[in-house]
Amino acid sequence: MTRDEVTLAIKDIIETIAPDEELVGLNPDERLRDQIELDSMDFLDIVMELRKRYGVQVPEEDYKELASLTSCADYLGPKLEDVELKVGC
Amino acid sequence: MTSDNINPDGKSVSRPWGSRHGRIPQKKDFLEGVKAEYDVVVIGSGLAGMTAANILGRNGQRVLLLEQHFKIGGLATWFKRPGGHIFDVSLHGFPVGMKKTCRKYWSQEIADKIVPLDKVTFDNPQFSFDTTFTREDFTEKLVTQFDLDREMVEGFFAHLRKMDFFDDSNLTTGELFEEFFPGRNDVHRLLMEPISYANGSNLDEPAITYGIVFSNFMSKGVYTFVGGTDVLISAMRAELLKNGVDIRTRVQVEKIQVEYGSDGKPHVAGVVANAGAATHTIRSSAVLSNANLKTTILKLVDEEHFRPEFVAEAKAVRLNNSSCQVYMGIRAGESIPFLTDLLFTSTRTKFQSHSLSDLHGESRTFSFYYPKGRPEMKEERYTIVASTNARYADWADMTDEEYESNKRQLCEETLSHLETYLPEVRSKVDYIEASTPRSFEFYTQHQGGSSFGTKFEGLAPSMNLHLELGGLFHAGSVGIIMSGWLGAANYGVIQANKVDSYLFQLQQTQNATS
Ligand SMILES: Cc1cc2nc3c(=O)[nH]c(=O)nc-3n(C[C@H](O)[C@H](O)[C@H](O)COP(=O)(O)OP(=O)(O)OC[C@H]3O[C@@H](n4cnc5c(N)ncnc54)[C@H](O)[C@@H]3O)c2cc1C
Repeated sequence: MTRDEVTLAIKDIIETIAPDEELVGLNPDERLRDQIELDSMDFLDIVMELRKRYGVQVPEEDYKELASLTSCADYLGPKLEDVELKVGC
Repeated sequence: MTSDNINPDGKSVSRPWGSRHGRIPQKKDFLEGVKAEYDVVVIGSGLAGMTAANILGRNGQRVLLLEQHFKIGGLATWFKRPGGHIFDVSLHGFPVGMKKTCRKYWSQEIADKIVPLDKVTFDNPQFSFDTTFTREDFTEKLVTQFDLDREMVEGFFAHLRKMDFFDDSNLTTGELFEEFFPGRNDVHRLLMEPISYANGSNLDEPAITYGIVFSNFMSKGVYTFVGGTDVLISAMRAELLKNGVDIRTRVQVEKIQVEYGSDGKPHVAGVVANAGAATHTIRSSAVLSNANLKTTILKLVDEEHFRPEFVAEAKAVRLNNSSCQVYMGIRAGESIPFLTDLLFTSTRTKFQSHSLSDLHGESRTFSFYYPKGRPEMKEERYTIVASTNARYADWADMTDEEYESNKRQLCEETLSHLETYLPEVRSKVDYIEASTPRSFEFYTQHQGGSSFGTKFEGLAPSMNLHLELGGLFHAGSVGIIMSGWLGAANYGVIQANKVDSYLFQLQQTQNATS
């Protein structure tokens, strides 16, 4: 996955978890939960989906790395380098 | 779900089983055809156990869900009685968050049946009014009816919302109330009573438990599930089966088996389960227990597998209180006028936190169930369920006669209390029955009939269990904040994620070595 694809992967996961949220026009550097309605349970779902779809483990101490789209790409980029993007699961 | 019932004429009808008579012996093997091994065994089918099982099944894990009762659902349950009555046990109401939780972890169809109650009412010698049960309405009431300063009230709610785990947990809820509303017993009553009924807590708990629960619960109304608990649980059952979960009822887990790895550390190896005609040993990589925390640590696992410090910590955890309920069925063809959906009522002049659990106390909630709650039923039916908090110790040592007469007294007091709101109701009730802490203990096997798990200190051993014993997880009412339908279901999700992560890790290591 390229860096852009990682962002796409995250957005696709968020879309299944929070279908009512508008994801177009999100500021990548701003905290996700400050822009859309995401609570701590939703972040848990992101972690579970990452594991299920891409076989990536995000340990609890790293949950904070998922705060914004930019930090997601920074953190997940290296882990997803050799993994194919799957959308619309 | 209760075992003994008392007819309105005061005659008692005993069944050949129940909390005083024990269980019906089983001749069948309820684990017939079970597999020898699963990824995870879930012990108990309460909302936490079921929700965890559903997520794990959905994630492709091989899940076995074991329940000792003949129905799944745990305390989220219902029962039928002669006269065509269906009584819901714990469907008084829950926070709006349940809608999102059901959509994400169950199905859109289940979530769509969650709707707000039309009316919630308080009535006691200190205040009487209807409320939408929202933060806005509580603010309004505190300002206009209790003459409090708006800024003070808003400051209090803002303070509650900011409270989190890192707060100084020495402050109690009572102290917090005194700080903001000194000497205002009426305000304390309004703020505390609904929470006490919802999770068994009192003014002596750490203030943080209050802050978290209040912000979730007393902020956006009270919600219910249209169709009744039976419809909800059967929809959940269908979903579990769709996700490949092997569900077995009437199966009592007696032991969690432990083995030691090459590193000398213990991990779970499976369970020993009594399935009626046969006892089975089933292997699994992980076990998620929805049994009470203390039962899980102190009974299901042999003590030698834990550090003595951990056993001591578990022993020191206090259980939460239990409940009594009185179920009243309105005769077929009769009706009652719409009064309210949920009534918090008391004849006690002043609020005293602990008196909410008194044997034959003056405070109770009434849930009124009208035909709108079960639109698919052929006949229009009405039931009323009264609930109180209760202490197990008050009921535990009664003789059979004392037990019967106390239950009869409870039914009578409740009916008289109800008559002050519905004067003609006595003649319309054709079925009345009481449940006690002993009933709750019998049907869930929770120590002390605990309705809401443990006090706050139970949270740490519950969350850290897998660090003590590899592959063993707990999910179920615990620590006050993880209780009620929403708390239990969400805690099931939190723990399912940990189980899934554990299994994933294990499966990866296995793949690497094979
Ligand atoms: C009277 C009453 C009214 C309530 N009203 C409401 C309400 O209106 N709204 C609300 O949100 N909450 C309410 N609650 C609380 C709510 O029902 C509970 O918090 C919630 O349902 C508990 O879910 P749980 O997952 O913790 O487990 P439980 O529902 O307690 O289930 C645990 C399950 O484990 C099974 N089990 C235990 N040991 C074993 C074993 N060894 N082998 C096999 N199975 C085992 C038990 O049989 C049980 O089915 C009420 C509770 C009570 C008692």
